[in-house]
Amino acid sequence: MTTDQPETGSMPPADAAGGALPPPAGPWRRALQGLASSRTAVLSGLGLVLIVLATVLAPVYAKHVAQTDPFRSGLSAKIMIDGKRSPVMERSTEGLGLGVTPIGPTWGPKYFLGADTQGRDVAARLLYGGQNSLVIAGAATLLCLVCAAVIGIVAGYAGGRVDTVLSNLIDMIWAFPVYLLAISLSIVMLGKTFEIGPIHISSSSLVVPIIIIGLVYVPYVARPVRGRVIAITNSDFVLAARGLGIRPSRILWRHILPNVATTLIVFAPMLMALNIVTESSLSFLSVGVQAPNASWGTILQDGQALLYSRPVVSMAPGIAIMVTVMLLNLFGDVLRDILDPKSVRGR
Amino acid sequence: MLAVILSRLARMVVVMVGISVITFLIFFATPGADPAARIAGRNAAPETVTAVRHDFGLDRPIWVQYGVMMRKMFVTGDLTSFVNRGQKIVPTLTAAAPVTLSLVAGAAVLWMALGAATGIIAAAFKDRLPDKILMGVSMMAVAMPVFWVGEMVNLVTQSRLHDTWAFSWVPPLGYVPLSESPARWFLALIFPWITLSFLYIGLYGRMLRTGIIETYQEDYIRTARAKGLTARRVLLKHATRAAIIPVVIMFGMDFGVLVGGAAVLTEVVFGLNGVGRLTYQALKVLDLPMIMAAVLYASFFVVLANAVVDLLCILIDPRLRRK
Repeated sequence: MTTDQPETGSMPPADAAGGALPPPAGPWRRALQGLASSRTAVLSGLGLVLIVLATVLAPVYAKHVAQTDPFRSGLSAKIMIDGKRSPVMERSTEGLGLGVTPIGPTWGPKYFLGADTQGRDVAARLLYGGQNSLVIAGAATLLCLVCAAVIGIVAGYAGGRVDTVLSNLIDMIWAFPVYLLAISLSIVMLGKTFEIGPIHISSSSLVVPIIIIGLVYVPYVARPVRGRVIAITNSDFVLAARGLGIRPSRILWRHILPNVATTLIVFAPMLMALNIVTESSLSFLSVGVQAPNASWGTILQDGQALLYSRPVVSMAPGIAIMVTVMLLNLFGDVLRDILDPKSVRGR
Repeated sequence: MLAVILSRLARMVVVMVGISVITFLIFFATPGADPAARIAGRNAAPETVTAVRHDFGLDRPIWVQYGVMMRKMFVTGDLTSFVNRGQKIVPTLTAAAPVTLSLVAGAAVLWMALGAATGIIAAAFKDRLPDKILMGVSMMAVAMPVFWVGEMVNLVTQSRLHDTWAFSWVPPLGYVPLSESPARWFLALIFPWITLSFLYIGLYGRMLRTGIIETYQEDYIRTARAKGLTARRVLLKHATRAAIIPVVIMFGMDFGVLVGGAAVLTEVVFGLNGVGRLTYQALKVLDLPMIMAAVLYASFFVVLANAVVDLLCILIDPRLRRK
């Protein structure tokens, strides 16, 4: 859109005209005010804060409420229910009576949501898993935005042959189905340790899924960033800046980057939501987060074997994912309406 | 016009060759992803690994290996698996293709019909109750991982309510070929279709609604209203027609990716042996020939869908023809 207003100060501030008018609120402040005045944004933001808090408090819950270590299997553990001591792994009552079924939801402090196949407390694992799911999704979002910004800005601003090569590369990566690309990257990276200089990354580290999830969506963001950079580079205020003899590096820093920043911020919540779902899918296929770490995806995978006998193990993380992703999308919609000049309700 | 199509096709071939080379390189250039060591087994002696490497031709230069693999895949058609000795790649893939095609095509019909209905109804009732309900459901549909929806569907139809009148007709998980029994093919695929399409109904419904509402600001809509056309005609003939173009473009991409194997999660949850599952299993055991075939197959559909979408755009929008 060439009709965009430049979002930051390429215009002289209002007081340069000599008037006593207070300087107009900057675009960032305006965006914040927009968020604060939107009930949807405030409520969904609050919901997200609560989810983050809950997952941060996972160790407290495990230690003081559930009183178990959710990372150690407790196959022989016992629990008091209604004054009776019963085993966490109940003898199967069906068929030949072989095998055991983990205890179902007690709705009490211990084993609130029951136990998984290893006799571990599902509720405590859900909180710990949420921690990892959010950390992975957040870090992958940052990684993706940074990579996409660099590629998009270089391709859009340099133009010419650099642009052709980068654009074709983006198209090529985009032609891989995202999940298959992620799966292949995971399989190549898992089961090995990487030594990059002094940095040591073991295959069970969370860094592996972060890198994979961060990279697969780069083309998705880099394309619109490139388009935006080209539009801004060709716009009148950049031409004016050039005419004034401002250095290209300064144009890039002062005029192009702030305008691209809004595009990136609009993508952030959406991307984070996408990353949470991607993490769970990869972990479900056992190519995401690796034991002993837990995430919402790995709990879903654990719950697969118990789907018909103890469905809560599968239902709980799925609901957690759904609620988090919905809140992120609701928040993201409001953010887009405020920041995206093309949006109908924006102005 | 012909020149545009030809250049588009040429670019398609270039992208596919590029993709196959990248896949090949990822697996050979990555330290530790040595196929010979994988084939020989976990604790194989170094001599065994060397022998395996020679047997499979893995000690030859990489470009020779690439050439040999491409010839075996496209010319002689006798490419065999590295992992399951004797398994022919090309027939395995062609056996899996109809499963995925059935799944994705049926789901596509469902999601285009219901997605369009959702978007149009929501736009017609903008900010009123039907709009709010439809957009709420769409928001949920977009937020749920597809494999989880599949699990919950299985939980209800295969276990909890399977013995009641409602779901006793649901066949066990798996695929029945269309040629064997069209009726059982249909029954076996109903819930996979619903599961796979749910997300896209939400996605497309939201997109179409936004598109129609944006189109309502255009001058020609005001003209149409001023002419005295009914609200329904303006909505269906004027606004929807313009707003559906980006949805059609998106549909092309999604369809291509899904046919190429991106429906892997739905296939896994419903026990369908389609292309996605095949690719996933090949990736898990690092079966290079199978991976190469699957990736080429997948990228063919993605690139084809891209090309079709581009051509469609040129047909719809004459301004693009001059480039």
